[in-house]
Amino acid sequence: MQKPRVNNALTGWLMVSPLAVVLFIFLVLPIVMIAVVSFWQTTAFSVIPAFQFDNYEFLFGSPVTYTVFVNTFKYAILTWMFTVVIGFTVAYYLAFHIRSLTWQVALFLLCTIPFLTSNIIRMISWIPFLGRNGIANSALISWGVIDQPVEWLLFSDFSVVLAFVHIYTLFMVVPIFNTMMRIDKSLIEAARDGGANGAQILWNVIVPLTKPGIMIGTIFVVTLVMGDFFTVRIMSGSQSANVGRLISNDISLLQYPSASATAIILLITVLIVIGILLRFVNIRKEL
Amino acid sequence: MEPRSRSFYVLTAFFMLFILFLYGPTITIGILSFQGPGGGLTFPMRGVSMHWFYNLFEQQAVGDIWGSFRRSLTLGLMVMVTTIVVSVMGGLAFRKKFPGSTILFYLIITALVIPSILISLGVGLLFNQAGINVHWATSGYGSQLTWTLPFGLLIMFAVFNRFDKSFEEAARDLGATSWQTIRYVVLPIIAPSLIGVALFGFTLSYDEFARTLLTSGSRNTLPLEIYGMTTNVTSPVLYALGTLTTVFSLAVIVIFLGIVLLATRHRASKGNDAGKGML
Repeated sequence: MQKPRVNNALTGWLMVSPLAVVLFIFLVLPIVMIAVVSFWQTTAFSVIPAFQFDNYEFLFGSPVTYTVFVNTFKYAILTWMFTVVIGFTVAYYLAFHIRSLTWQVALFLLCTIPFLTSNIIRMISWIPFLGRNGIANSALISWGVIDQPVEWLLFSDFSVVLAFVHIYTLFMVVPIFNTMMRIDKSLIEAARDGGANGAQILWNVIVPLTKPGIMIGTIFVVTLVMGDFFTVRIMSGSQSANVGRLISNDISLLQYPSASATAIILLITVLIVIGILLRFVNIRKEL
Repeated sequence: MEPRSRSFYVLTAFFMLFILFLYGPTITIGILSFQGPGGGLTFPMRGVSMHWFYNLFEQQAVGDIWGSFRRSLTLGLMVMVTTIVVSVMGGLAFRKKFPGSTILFYLIITALVIPSILISLGVGLLFNQAGINVHWATSGYGSQLTWTLPFGLLIMFAVFNRFDKSFEEAARDLGATSWQTIRYVVLPIIAPSLIGVALFGFTLSYDEFARTLLTSGSRNTLPLEIYGMTTNVTSPVLYALGTLTTVFSLAVIVIFLGIVLLATRHRASKGNDAGKGML
């Protein structure tokens, strides 16, 4: 029995070798590279290989770092709250209130299509909507809700979170819908026969069974928001910053060692968050 | 059928608002891109014209849009083909445990959740240190694969988790080699999902921005060109470009969905040949 097993391992390795090569060159090596460069030294004119902790010392010594990290978490939590509520509601509607499979697929696709178009364009499209003379302000004025145009609609935390929710809610809808579709409908009937009302069924049957989907969606949304650097730039009009922007600013100033140190800290933070979230779900089982 | 409850209508309204939220802004800039020559970035419309679309075709008005479009298209097709082939091979391999499969699985998850800017920065530094120039077709291509391959693989994992193994066993019992089983049994069954993988591979690459930022070299892809425009173009020409690329993406989606639809129809008409065999 020894030989087939060796053979199995060999075919397995051969089949994943392209994948392994790509991930090694474009994922593992770059991370190692960033880790190495984060210890290098920057002088006025050049970047020299070294092994010193200046970049990290500077990073942890600067109050900007803490503000920016707090901002990053703030965006992640706010976006998560909105996407989980909207995503759950939409998925629940599609999975339990739409009765024909054709309609389910059609409406699901309707939700998915924007995901396959350009993010940047979708962000820009909020500008005519939220601007000082934009549609939202004109509408509010003509309805008599406000007298003066509201200034905080565009280029503010509001518009940043709005754009995040706009772009990333789909990452919640898909995994939650996926788990909901696999809930055995007889469980719900059993609950109803047992005398549970709609709200009780939702809270005591559907929500617990949907938890894995919610967790996967959460991992997507939280990591995407924490790693973002251009949504915040475009939507805050460069008035607000998160960690991603700190890194991209350093890059544009050619401060690679400093950018790398920040990137490593960001990566560690993201991995810790995922580590915590993964305690609640076994991803491989849920696909 | 039981009658619709009140919550159905409330949720329908919510869903419609959600769809409006998803599509509303895009439709708005679609309308605004037909702004008259004197019009600005928001309403009111000052006349209706194709002015800003014509503007796109004038080379000097904006950057090298058509060159970047061609590059994005080529890159998208390269990424698409690679994603299909590598995901199918990976999906097949992952059905059996092999030494190292767990590590590889976690690498795939890492690729999915790692902040894009790390890929951009790391690949840029790596190529720089290795003395190789970054180029969209080498470093840009590889960086995008770290985003599209995990998606392709997740789809393949989901497909194979629902795959009925008895088809393969039947093929094997009838004497098919493992290659024949894959070629004539497995691949035809998973073909519709492969079209999904292709669609994801292409569109994710075509719109990818963060991972290409530092890895595409001096020649921009289309999303990079658009990103550049957001900082220095303040006329509806930006909307015109946005409208055009969105229309292009929609066309691609419609084509792929059409292929899926045709394939399922074809299969439904030619399918089930039980009892019609030679014996």
